Amino acid sequence: MAPGERGDALARGAVAMTAIVALALPWLLQALALDFYLSFASRIVVYAIAATSLNLVLGYGGMVSLGHAAFVGVGSYVTGILLAEGVTQGGVHLVATVAITAATALVIGAISLRTRGVYFIMITLAFAQMLFYLANSVKGYGGDEGLTVRVRSLLAFGLDLRNGTTLYYVALAVLAASLYAMTRFVPSRLGRAVLALRDDEVRAEALGFPTYRMKLTIFVAGGALAGIAGALSVNLQGYVSPNVLHWTQSGTLLVMVILGGVGSIWGGSIGALVLLLLEEVLAAYTEYWQFWTGWVLLAVVLFARRGLAGLLFDLRTRLVSR
Amino acid sequence: MLIDLLMKQAALVAAAAAVAATPALAADRVKVGFVSTLSGPSSALGVDIRDGFQLAVKLNGGKLGGLPAEVIVSDDQFKPDVARQLFEKNVKRDKVDFMTGVVFSNIMLAALPEAFDHKVIYISANAAPSPMAGKDCNPLFFAVSWPNDAYHEAAGEFANQRGWKSVYLLAPNYQAGKDSLAGFKRTFKGQVLGENYTKLGQLDYAAELAEIRAAKPQVMYIFLPGGMGINFIKQFVGAGLGKDITLLLPGFSADQDVINPVGTPMAGLFNTAHWSPDFTNPANQKFVAEFQKEYKRVPTLYASQGYDAAQLINAAVRDLKGKLDDVEATRKALKSAKFDSVRGAFRFNTNQYPIQNYYVRTVGSDGKGGLINKSFNEPILKDHGDAYVQQCPMK
Amino acid sequence: MTGIFVLEQVLNGLQFGLMLFLLAAGLTLIFGVMDMINLAHGSLYMVGAFLCAWLASKTGSFVYGVLGGVVLTAVFGAVLEVSLLRSLYARDHLSQVLATFALILILNDGVKMIFGADLPLAAPAALDGPVELLPGLMYPAYRLLILAVGFGLALLLYVLVQKTRLGALVRAGASNRTMSSAMGINVARLFTGVFAIGAALCAVAGGLLGPLLAVQVGMGENILILAFVIVVIGGIGSIRGALIGAILVGAIDTLGRTLLQHMFREFLPPQWASAAGPAFASIAVYVFMAVVLVLKPQGLFPVRS
Repeated sequence: MAPGERGDALARGAVAMTAIVALALPWLLQALALDFYLSFASRIVVYAIAATSLNLVLGYGGMVSLGHAAFVGVGSYVTGILLAEGVTQGGVHLVATVAITAATALVIGAISLRTRGVYFIMITLAFAQMLFYLANSVKGYGGDEGLTVRVRSLLAFGLDLRNGTTLYYVALAVLAASLYAMTRFVPSRLGRAVLALRDDEVRAEALGFPTYRMKLTIFVAGGALAGIAGALSVNLQGYVSPNVLHWTQSGTLLVMVILGGVGSIWGGSIGALVLLLLEEVLAAYTEYWQFWTGWVLLAVVLFARRGLAGLLFDLRTRLVSR
Repeated sequence: MLIDLLMKQAALVAAAAAVAATPALAADRVKVGFVSTLSGPSSALGVDIRDGFQLAVKLNGGKLGGLPAEVIVSDDQFKPDVARQLFEKNVKRDKVDFMTGVVFSNIMLAALPEAFDHKVIYISANAAPSPMAGKDCNPLFFAVSWPNDAYHEAAGEFANQRGWKSVYLLAPNYQAGKDSLAGFKRTFKGQVLGENYTKLGQLDYAAELAEIRAAKPQVMYIFLPGGMGINFIKQFVGAGLGKDITLLLPGFSADQDVINPVGTPMAGLFNTAHWSPDFTNPANQKFVAEFQKEYKRVPTLYASQGYDAAQLINAAVRDLKGKLDDVEATRKALKSAKFDSVRGAFRFNTNQYPIQNYYVRTVGSDGKGGLINKSFNEPILKDHGDAYVQQCPMK
Repeated sequence: MTGIFVLEQVLNGLQFGLMLFLLAAGLTLIFGVMDMINLAHGSLYMVGAFLCAWLASKTGSFVYGVLGGVVLTAVFGAVLEVSLLRSLYARDHLSQVLATFALILILNDGVKMIFGADLPLAAPAALDGPVELLPGLMYPAYRLLILAVGFGLALLLYVLVQKTRLGALVRAGASNRTMSSAMGINVARLFTGVFAIGAALCAVAGGLLGPLLAVQVGMGENILILAFVIVVIGGIGSIRGALIGAILVGAIDTLGRTLLQHMFREFLPPQWASAAGPAFASIAVYVFMAVVLVLKPQGLFPVRS
């Protein structure tokens, strides 16, 4: 095999392995009497979706948004409020979540994208905080006490998200669909234009690209996907509170994307998996898991600028060129 | 090549599973999941409930109802989401027989579904929200403390007896806060000049104190447990409001955890509670003496509740002769359990909330240069249940 | 609404604003001179508070505790800058955001490991009572101390930045770093100094607010965002902007909370009004910042050339 082909085969093999493990996970866990961890696995998948949506905005769109968790929160609240009011049809949840989250992202993006650099970071943060306080103000839906929902979304074909296994597979399907969409999007005309825009905005503008519109489209798409992650999250936890919209949650999502690898399709998923696993494993040994996580993150920022996906890529290249 | 990779992957998964797998459960133990607020400005409450609970277990020889007891303690960090995950762990992974320990109503309400969805009984050693006494009552929920409204109903009644005419009310903006002021207003016959809900966990009350000064009430009634109460009382005195306004408190804001940091301004303040360290029944005398010996401090009402919760479990498990696999039987045993509560007489109402007496206490000298609560002999509310029991379908 | 009530709330807003100023001043200097987004600034405030509380309990004196805490935090800040943050100046903003976020995690647990999750800090007993400012207005003596220290430091910073050589260096660095370096200014030492001053200011705020709030892990996370908001409103690198911005934010937040609550109480049940009032006051602060960003992106008192 030629070196390039060998590298691709390795990559495809790794992807296949991951897919097999992911699909078989519920049975695997049950066999090992670890079924408590299924909800943990679902949490990883939901975070992976949210981190992937941020990666779209940050890694491909080049926009450093410190308010992305707000879109996850909006999604959670839209679905949560519908569930609390007794509306259980999953189709309604999906449409409402995507519509409202996308509309929010449109408004926030339209205003924020008029600014640049650190001001863009600050204004996305400001909008997220506004939504955070808005969630706190509505005492009718819990306010800062949060909203507990006792029912769950009912999907087509009789699928009930109250069932842990069902929820896991639905989340996995959403993640797979988003990743697939990204693999189709990146090499497409629009995808390559966005990459050009990210790498050199001035030149892209000089070449006549509608940079503002392109960035806004990416921002809204990322926001909508984050909203779907939020809808899944409220089904998983049965609870949503304004804390989901707090800026530290946006920071956590950024951490996941960076850990995993900005601009790599797998970046969000790898980052979510590693960060949550790290938290769980470390917490079993010490109550100071945040301390060690911080050092790992610092090391990645200082020394591994393309995150773990970048490291894996280097590893693959090294293995191949022997 | 790929086969090698597959084998290595499988080995890794197996190794990870071996590390993470819990040991096989022994059917001859009582497992209790204890989740409480053990860090932050209000940690004294959770720590006391835990210490009271563990003292009872210790005095029973490390057993509950004759079976060795395993109490798994974790810290909810004052966060509902953290409490939810801890409940999930205790219920699904550790397979506990009972859950208990939470201090705050909002945290408890967020985490309870995890227990109830898996048919695990929750015994509350503190929070007991009013909806769960009425229309939301749940057969798996037992309150061994008091209904949320009770201390405040007692305080309102005391204010009437004193002939106090106007009051300004303040509580944190969550279920227990709402219950507290609703309870006070239920019994109080005077005029309510203001009703203010502050953010749960708020520590700086400058803005609220300015409002109170402008309202000029005769009495100031607050429900601010833990660190919130400590800060408020200090700032209330610091703003000079203590001179013209009488401060009336529920026991939550006037027990030892508040008396110690605030100090002399607490002297002479009236407060209401279901328990006081100076109760003379034998169970309480033993509890207070042993607690002071073990922990070198005076127990608070929170500690007494933790102690009673353990004694309740002890009595029920003893009556069941250690058979805990039938939830219905366990429920019946809890409901009819007879134990010597440190508060004196104790019995459950049909909604599994207590019916008991409530007393007025005053903060006075302990004879050693410090301050401690002293109770009036006559209860201000006798054999008092709650206002919601009729709405509960349980009989 | 009486005059006394309004005056008391104005004093409260001023007190809150001045403490925010102490954080914002350090942040705006660091941002302006080193062009670095430092999310760990709130953690410096936390470390400062813990050091003040720890020293106060060791020495038995509030004053020695705070003074010692301020010095120690300044040293800590300098060490942090030299060892770690220096490597971030050349990096992009995203890397700075992430590295300093990592620092928040490390410092939160680090402080917990050394001191525990919280420490008590009591104001000096002499200041426990009120002072009669006007007949009918008894204002807590301790808060008057905070006002005095806040104003004093604001004046000191103004003199430092406007009238001294160090201040001139700082202003030069803030307005054009490359040129300053080309002119021969020892930029490295200037940066360390600026960071140490920022850390010291954080410690003053932490030590002074400790008795009113609580010295606990994570106490910096909420106040940090407000500090950033003030920096953006006032203009990056501008002390004057930080002061005006801080007072404005303090006023909007404090007065907004009470006024909005009264307004909401007309038609909402008390629990709802009490939740909506402060929430909308906070929203107002962010709306204000967004408006400034859109109309005058460089801030109210820009210094950048």
